[in-house]
Amino acid sequence: MAKEPILGLFETADNAADAGDALKAAGVPQTDYDFLTDTPYPEGAFGERHESHRLYIFPFVGALIGLTVGIMLTSMTQLAYPLAQGGKPILSLPPMAVVTYESTMLTAIVFTIIGIIFESRLPSFKQGLYDTRITEGYIGVLVNVDEGQLTQTQALLTQAGAIDVVRKEERLTA
Amino acid sequence: MQEGKPLNSKQVNRELLVSILNSPKWFFGALAVLGFIVLVAMSAAGFMINQGFGVTGLNRPVMWGFFITNFVFWIGISHAGVMLSAILRLSKAEWRRPATRAAEILTVFSLMTAMTMPLIHTGRPWRTVYWIYTLPFVPYDYARGIWPNIRTPLVWDPSAVYTYLTSSILFVLIALIPDFAVLRDRTTGISHRIYGMLAMGWQGNARQWKLQIIAGVLLSALILPVFVSVHSIVSWDFGMAVSVKSWHSTIFAPYFVVGAVHSGVSAVALVLIILRYIYGWQNYIRHEHIDALARLLIVVATGWFYFFVMEVIFGFYGREADEIAVRNFQFTVSPWNIWMMIFVGLTYFAPVAIWLSKSARRNLWIMSLACIIVNIGMWLERFLIIVPGLARKQLLTFDWYTYQPSPVEWIIIVGTFALVSMLMLTIARVVPLIPLYDIKEGEILRTEIKIGRVTVPAVFRED
Repeated sequence: MAKEPILGLFETADNAADAGDALKAAGVPQTDYDFLTDTPYPEGAFGERHESHRLYIFPFVGALIGLTVGIMLTSMTQLAYPLAQGGKPILSLPPMAVVTYESTMLTAIVFTIIGIIFESRLPSFKQGLYDTRITEGYIGVLVNVDEGQLTQTQALLTQAGAIDVVRKEERLTA
Repeated sequence: MQEGKPLNSKQVNRELLVSILNSPKWFFGALAVLGFIVLVAMSAAGFMINQGFGVTGLNRPVMWGFFITNFVFWIGISHAGVMLSAILRLSKAEWRRPATRAAEILTVFSLMTAMTMPLIHTGRPWRTVYWIYTLPFVPYDYARGIWPNIRTPLVWDPSAVYTYLTSSILFVLIALIPDFAVLRDRTTGISHRIYGMLAMGWQGNARQWKLQIIAGVLLSALILPVFVSVHSIVSWDFGMAVSVKSWHSTIFAPYFVVGAVHSGVSAVALVLIILRYIYGWQNYIRHEHIDALARLLIVVATGWFYFFVMEVIFGFYGREADEIAVRNFQFTVSPWNIWMMIFVGLTYFAPVAIWLSKSARRNLWIMSLACIIVNIGMWLERFLIIVPGLARKQLLTFDWYTYQPSPVEWIIIVGTFALVSMLMLTIARVVPLIPLYDIKEGEILRTEIKIGRVTVPAVFRED
């Protein structure tokens, strides 16, 4: 059976956390509900699932690529334009250090940015159920449940203190 | 440090988006005035390019003057942003919240402005394409008989500045995503579509916030070494030049970095005071924040003063004839010796004397004055490093000369200040200069604790 989204809006973090507990008790898997907020709450504030990620790999990969590119760029430029200067070597290491360092850091940072976007699952323009009141401070509890459980979940969210519960079909007809 | 009154999300949105959603009446007038000054400066630059360097005061041996001074100055200002933002984020300083975004954006615009200076200084900016790019499809232009030294420290400079600029822009943009989502939810029509694209479908779920917080810390840690490298490398434009005695100093890199932080943090404090005044952000940029910046500045200024004294002592101590000639020029020849006294007074003694008083630190008019004089002083510092060194570059006295900036140079310099102000004003119309989610996070972590018979405002801190 296809899953349908339902969104409960809560005024306080305590109520949202209660809703999370109630969903857990009702047997809704943790992967099927999420907490939407307009500010970062301390991790675990709503009893949400632990989110694992691999962001830390990205800067290392980036740095390695940047280092390689930096060394190649600076050394090959010197070799391609052999400008002899007062007995100094054509391929000189000290002038390579700074440019190589900068290219290493730049690529590490660019890869970190890519990693952040990728691990945040962005861009995601096909937005699911959402309510603009979330960016006014309301806490959204977004649940994906089987169609047949929508009414039961709505009741559960309301019981936990939701000030409003939004369903997809209501949004489509609005 | 949590002196202000509690704020809710709606209020934070309403008050901090005022610069975007309800433009004040003076906005377009101010923009027009600043735009006009920039236009005049661009015309002056065009005139100079058309007529040649003869219309400037630059002449042998002083071939670096106002333009390069201004370049170093704006690079210095750019250091405030990311340094302040990164160090305060990493140390989880609570008072960072209203300061980070404006500081980061100031970094971006001052870097952009700084980069125009060497281009203008070349006299024929289009020719820079021949010696900037090292890519295979835009090679060094040896075919035209131009043989740039590809191992010069001057090549390091653009690579460092481009790295810093790119990193800073990305740092700002990634931190803006949640605030773009707030704007997406509060705008209609084309604005809604643009902010929607910039927000990239941000919903604010637990995973996205977790990554956003880690991003702030990780990018701060990555960008700090870049920040240190940039002004070190700018100092090596001078320090690696063996032929100019007073520039060839081993302590130039830390001296420049600390000086940049000094002028940059002062500039950020000034920008925050201006934002508080023009947008009525008293609830966000509070006296406690400016006070904290001033206390930080006492330490930074004293560190800078230490390096300044060391640099002068090393210069005199060697008793080398050409180094002494430069020092004599700086300390005994009028008006340079007067400029030296003014510069040290403005950069260290006057502002630090002000910052030692708590009531002065919390008086925004006095703080604005202190921040302005620090930056006048720091501009003079760069000028007094560059010009005397070149004026006494040669050992033989018949090669000695001085430098008198022309009106064209003055106009271009004034134009850069107008450009940065104009860009800051324009961006305030597009993105919130105080991060909304950071302020809201501060509010949810706000609490009060009772100690004995007093109740003090406090804030929870996550590890």
